[in-house]
Amino acid sequence: MSDAVLTQGAFLELSGISKRYAGVRALEGVDFACARGKIHAVLGENGAGKSTLIKIIAGVVQPDSGHMRLAGRDVSFATPSAANAAGVVCIFQELSLMPDLSVADNISIAAPPRRFGLIDARAQRRRAEELLAEIGCEDVNPLMRVRDLPLSRRQIVEIAKALGKKPQLLILDEATSALTSADVEKVYAMLARLKSDGVAILYISHRMHEVEALADRASVFRNGRHIETFDKGRRSTAEIVQLMIGRDIAAQYPPKPARSSAKPMLALDKLSWEGRLDRISLRVDAGEIVGLGGLDGQGQKTLLLALFGVLRGVSGRVTVEEREVRPGSPAAAKSAGIALVPEDRKTEGLMLPMSIADNLVVASLDAISTGPLVDRAKESEAVKRAVARLQIKIGAAGDAVSTLSGGNQQKVVLAKWLMTEPRIILLNDPTRGIDVGTKQELYRLMRELADQGAAILFYSTDYDELIGCCDRVAIMYDGRIVRELQGDELTETNIIASALNIDASAPAGAGAVHA
Amino acid sequence: MLDDVAIRVRQNVGIVTAVLLFAVLYVLYNLSHPKGFSSAVLVQNSDEIFALAMLAMAQTVPVLASGLDLSVGAVMTMVGCFASYLLTGTAAGAPLHLDIFGLHIGLGTFPGGVSGILLGIVVCLAIGALAGFINGCVVVYGRIQPIIATLATGAVYIGIALFLRPTPGGKIDEDLNWALTNSLGDFAATVHIFDDGAAGWFAPLAWIPVPFVLLILIALVVWVPFRRSVLGRAVYAVGSAEGAAYMSGLPIDRAKIAAFTLAGFFAGCGGLFLAIQTSSGNADIPQAGAYTLNSIASVVIGGTSLLGGTGSAIGSIFGAMILRVISFFFRIFDIAPLLQPLFEGVILLAAVSIGALGVLRVKNTLELFR
Repeated sequence: MSDAVLTQGAFLELSGISKRYAGVRALEGVDFACARGKIHAVLGENGAGKSTLIKIIAGVVQPDSGHMRLAGRDVSFATPSAANAAGVVCIFQELSLMPDLSVADNISIAAPPRRFGLIDARAQRRRAEELLAEIGCEDVNPLMRVRDLPLSRRQIVEIAKALGKKPQLLILDEATSALTSADVEKVYAMLARLKSDGVAILYISHRMHEVEALADRASVFRNGRHIETFDKGRRSTAEIVQLMIGRDIAAQYPPKPARSSAKPMLALDKLSWEGRLDRISLRVDAGEIVGLGGLDGQGQKTLLLALFGVLRGVSGRVTVEEREVRPGSPAAAKSAGIALVPEDRKTEGLMLPMSIADNLVVASLDAISTGPLVDRAKESEAVKRAVARLQIKIGAAGDAVSTLSGGNQQKVVLAKWLMTEPRIILLNDPTRGIDVGTKQELYRLMRELADQGAAILFYSTDYDELIGCCDRVAIMYDGRIVRELQGDELTETNIIASALNIDASAPAGAGAVHA
Repeated sequence: MLDDVAIRVRQNVGIVTAVLLFAVLYVLYNLSHPKGFSSAVLVQNSDEIFALAMLAMAQTVPVLASGLDLSVGAVMTMVGCFASYLLTGTAAGAPLHLDIFGLHIGLGTFPGGVSGILLGIVVCLAIGALAGFINGCVVVYGRIQPIIATLATGAVYIGIALFLRPTPGGKIDEDLNWALTNSLGDFAATVHIFDDGAAGWFAPLAWIPVPFVLLILIALVVWVPFRRSVLGRAVYAVGSAEGAAYMSGLPIDRAKIAAFTLAGFFAGCGGLFLAIQTSSGNADIPQAGAYTLNSIASVVIGGTSLLGGTGSAIGSIFGAMILRVISFFFRIFDIAPLLQPLFEGVILLAAVSIGALGVLRVKNTLELFR
């Protein structure tokens, strides 16, 4: 597509934007434009420069060179609030909510309704209710503290907060990654309304089917450069992926080996907890990858936490290699040979300000210590091995882990646990917000670990991933396993049908079919 | 609607607990006191509570923005020393002079009489607020962590107090002392309003202690509007998630400065009252330290998280009152004064542990870290 068409009727225009961080190029001479009334997808691997692009548009960072024009006028935003004032509103991947404040407080945080100079709590509450209703999520009580809401609900609040700023240009950075499927539909409907109202929308997502469903136009970025912009339907998914990674992808998922003799590694018998897990029985064999599927929030994450010793008062039996275990804490789970890659890598997976090396060895300090002292030689040896094994792209092992890209951070989390040589690996949506290239490396690694005899329990919100990676998928609904799918049964149709628990004729994996 | 009430109670469980605990302790105290439930006991208790209650409010604001203020006791002491010069109330006014480096510099005469006293009060409170403002600026523009910044400025303020009052001394207007440290009836009689407090309609109110009224006034006129202002909201937001507050375009720096300034103001109120109550200025270093530590204890007992973001100055007032009531019990039961710190420590631990009992009910241990 020629530049003339690209900038025609453009609302936001960037020309020659460059940005470097400590000498590392993040963006290089980027020209980019987006129009009112269009949903414009921005695609690219992590580190392709998408985040920097958005941060520049939203006023979080300033470009080293280049110009930005909004509605035909030259602009430069020194702060996020300056961008907001100009109608540029961004929903960031890292939530910008204050956990101790109420939903209503958060939604109106920047410009609350006031009476006599003081915040009008009642008007603020009404406003929150209206905005939540606009998204179709009236069930969120504006009085609730954000801290007490599940992640998916927080993201809804984040969207309502952005809507309240009356955006002219709305930027969504992986804003649906934590949403439940039902909420995703509501957000789509809301985006369609905004679009018809003439709002320009920039949409960043790693989920190709979302991009296909939503975007009118897409731009691909790679290595800090704008590669190509095209209208919907001009490029196939395969072509887009190829543009993003700049090389052919052989097979997205590693082949599944034929399985014969099965040695049970992990077996669950009627595991229940607090009404959120309901008599779960499941078996994961050595060398097997078992997926946990279903709609978000049906107990999959809870099950992983229960196995990892995080929950108190779990009933039922867990056996590892036919020996009963009852982990009372993550430390106990670790010594039973269980590893968990948690949901939120920034808070539960990593100590962000600590170095990459410290993060890598933190779960296996026993192995590299002599008595009470950490053996520095063994430590650096272990770190080197881990970095090489997972091909983590790092500068120096002493850098803070927060300096890494999302994909590499996730590799650090995984590497940390691999050092403990776990027999059972629990993965909680490990590819959320991770670029295509790293995803594939993770898939390969998972298969490799399984081949070496580990049992893997893998929760993912991406059905495609479950089908591609797993030997077997257990679908959960309302805290129960409603069906197990394997072999030819493992199709998207079957997963969705079971996830919605609508396939009454299908044989149930555990318990009776939900009435 | 019932839902909303339940949510509010759940969110304020710390404050509710503190209020209930105080109510129980105070009723017990009055039951065991020979002159319990009398205006005299109430007046005496309010006098003893006021300064700590103000310091507890002072400490609350920086804590809400997740910063400790170690200088509240020092600000209190310094303001008290200033008050001992400015509130003499002599009709001719108080001649002020500065003796420094062997020089004797005259600073003119501070006005006397009632207007002089009112001006003196305003000046003292302004000094407190200024000290807090300086704390805020050091924290924000010096980019120094609050705990160390206020440790340093606190030492400076104590230094100023020692310079002003190397030995305890000074004088406070006697009428002012009498009017503010007794019941409303005495106040009216001293300042000659409501027929010297003899008005018929006034009789049912005459028993109420003045410090109690002052405390409620300050809470209503200063704290409540602040909490409902954009700046107050920003203080909570900064304590809850500073990064998110920044990304939401909130005035973070102004919020922090406001938090410390307000702390200085409240500490100044405490210092002013203490000087009026004792009729003198005293640069008492151990006392300043004890007040600072007790203010932190009050904040915690009052249900404010030291991590910031949740809590309220109202809760801290109750925290301070709980701490004080505990010491009242020592007088009644005639326990050896040397044992007092030990008992106070044990009771503080117990009170805080009650607040932490909720931990035992948590079924998902991951929530303990959020």
